[in-house]
Amino acid sequence: MSITPQLQKPAQPPVATKRGATLERKHARIGWVFLAPFAIVFLVFLVLPLVYAFWMSLHTNTLAAGEKFAGLANYFAAFKDQRFLSGMARVGAFALVFVPLQIGLALLFALILDEVKTRLSRFSRLLIFAPYAIPGVIGALMWGFLYSPSFGPLVSFFDFLNVQAPDMLSRDSIFWSLTNIVTWQWTGYYMIIIYASLQSIDSSIYEAALIDGASKLQTALQIKVPIIASSLVLTIVFALIGTLQFFTEPQVLAPLAGNAIDAAYTPNLYAYNLAFSYQQFNYASAISFALGLMVFLASIIFLVTTRKKSGLR
Amino acid sequence: MTKKKALLAAGITTALAVTLIGCTGNSGGGGGGGAGASKTNCTNEIKVQDVPVVTYWGWFEDTAQTVDNFNESHDDVQICWTNAGQGADAYTKLSTSLQSKSGAPDIVQVEYDWLNSFLIQGGLVDMTEHGINEYKDKFTAGAWRDVSSGDGVYAVPVDLGPVGMWYRQDIFEKHGIKIPTTWDEYAAAAEQLSKATGGETLIGNFAPNGQGQHYALLDQAGAVPFKFDNGNPTEISINHSDEASKKVYEYWLDLVDRGLVGTDQAWTPEFNTGLGGGRYATAIYPAWYSIHIPAFQDGDADAVWRAAPIPQWDAAKPKQVNWGGSTLAVTTQADDAALATKVAAELYAPEENKKLGVEVGGLFLAYPEMIESEYFQERPYEFYGGQKLNKDVFGKAAIDYEGVTFSPFTQYYYDESQRLLSEAIAGNVSATEATDQLQKSLETYATEQGFTLK
Repeated sequence: MSITPQLQKPAQPPVATKRGATLERKHARIGWVFLAPFAIVFLVFLVLPLVYAFWMSLHTNTLAAGEKFAGLANYFAAFKDQRFLSGMARVGAFALVFVPLQIGLALLFALILDEVKTRLSRFSRLLIFAPYAIPGVIGALMWGFLYSPSFGPLVSFFDFLNVQAPDMLSRDSIFWSLTNIVTWQWTGYYMIIIYASLQSIDSSIYEAALIDGASKLQTALQIKVPIIASSLVLTIVFALIGTLQFFTEPQVLAPLAGNAIDAAYTPNLYAYNLAFSYQQFNYASAISFALGLMVFLASIIFLVTTRKKSGLR
Repeated sequence: MTKKKALLAAGITTALAVTLIGCTGNSGGGGGGGAGASKTNCTNEIKVQDVPVVTYWGWFEDTAQTVDNFNESHDDVQICWTNAGQGADAYTKLSTSLQSKSGAPDIVQVEYDWLNSFLIQGGLVDMTEHGINEYKDKFTAGAWRDVSSGDGVYAVPVDLGPVGMWYRQDIFEKHGIKIPTTWDEYAAAAEQLSKATGGETLIGNFAPNGQGQHYALLDQAGAVPFKFDNGNPTEISINHSDEASKKVYEYWLDLVDRGLVGTDQAWTPEFNTGLGGGRYATAIYPAWYSIHIPAFQDGDADAVWRAAPIPQWDAAKPKQVNWGGSTLAVTTQADDAALATKVAAELYAPEENKKLGVEVGGLFLAYPEMIESEYFQERPYEFYGGQKLNKDVFGKAAIDYEGVTFSPFTQYYYDESQRLLSEAIAGNVSATEATDQLQKSLETYATEQGFTLK
């Protein structure tokens, strides 16, 4: 009976809002419950360690004098640390080479595979993608043996030609040796992303282009590429972030190429060695955050400068 | 109704989340540094139940059998052994456990050159408080010096690495070259050998990452790169650019320059195949290398290897040196440091365990009683044509070794030394510049780390 008056005055706004709000609040509560499994894992395994690492980076701990609060001193030290800066410069150089090379090759392969539809092309697609399926460490180890100056296949090949084989693990060549490994490993992955977005283009657009008399090359460059610009930008950002955090390949090759790869070869490697070889966990945290900041800045700058072309915001 | 459902849902999800976290926590502990801390998760079987258990991280080849023997012959204490990796792998775990203040074992195998690095992290127990001095006479003077810092003793020696010169007798004979006994003769032989073989065979290798060896060579020349005493742990003296250090660096880098020695990284397939395949005619390596050389021999089955004493700077005043060997240290996380000290001191005390160490572990034990025993002195080594290696070369080297002081930041020192030697080998800096830059770098690092330079 208590509802009757309400039914008689259906237009009473405060009550309606109140009921809606309770329902909304109820829904919200259930929403949180469904979110909980993820949220807890996210908090415990990502946010908390990050906060802890940041707290650590604000302290110094020296071997002889113990731990004390230092504010941003570690960060000032990091951006004056020659080894960190030269590592940053090195991954910067790697990015300038890796990113265009990988994305360029990936785009080329994707465009060809999109155009040529034979059994061979499906096989090639698998073959180009396969290196990505090999774990990074295994891939790097494998290349380490291929590069080996005393019993790698390269040496046999050059011996056959009676020419002195190049030392792929020397100081002069290690940059290109690493470039080769990474390109081999990642091109297939980026190719698949680009290929997938090429597949989703409406074929009527191609018909229109054909009617307008566009050649295959013109279709590829002036129709396909602009349409998939957003996924190109995405893959470039992936490649950029991955390169700035370069770690696995230098770490695996270091024992084989100790002349060329030192403890601070890349900033990530430097942070790892600071923490686990030199027990400077605090400074290593600061280096990690400094690297994180640089990666963030690089990604933002790239995304902002390509905003108009890519349509991503 | 809805409220009930929501509560139920909340309950289920929380339970799920907790289970998830529980799982991850467990597997994380199992794979990480925490593995050894658990007393139930041993590689070996505990023979006697309900007695104190001491946890132990070690990687000697004989550890499995030695620990079993120990457990069978003790009904008052048992060892729970875990292989936490060899060398650097184990040290990374130990450092991390010390940093996180939990997860370290009671006893840990540590090589001599790393003791000070863990000591300075407050990781090792001073065993003199637990009666270790009673055992002092059982060990060689050099080994005891290497586990001592100031008045403290921080580990029990197990084995040593007295250094000698392994050489290819067949190659030397073929070219009529005399086995060198001094470094001058070694350089001359290097020249002859290179000429005779057109550079195909070199006398040896100078590994830019061979810091353990280099430290022994520096010691032989009279260099004392570090003075550090745990009685006064904030003071350090670094002397890495004195004449003796320069002499050693100049000698080897000159051989490198003239193309008379190789520059392969140590512990790589490159060096191993070089040694096995006749590219190198000598290796300045310790006694424990006896078990490695035969493993590299698939390249050249007819190779004839023998050992000789290490070449000297001054034949009239020979000096013996050591590279490698391990100790058993007790960590500050040990539940019962006195008990752990006793176990560490007694593990290799029984004759039977010593023999396991020699025969299974290939160890050169730091006990003079063993080194001078007939069993050890007369022991023939088949691969080396039955040569009595211990009598001819290594026994005397181990007894005469006097001990050194190692750096309290070994990893940094080794990395910097490797970096600068690589620069020198690439021709970017001279030997003198390399030692000077190394000195400067070490001083800067020590100061940053809060040490006062003496």
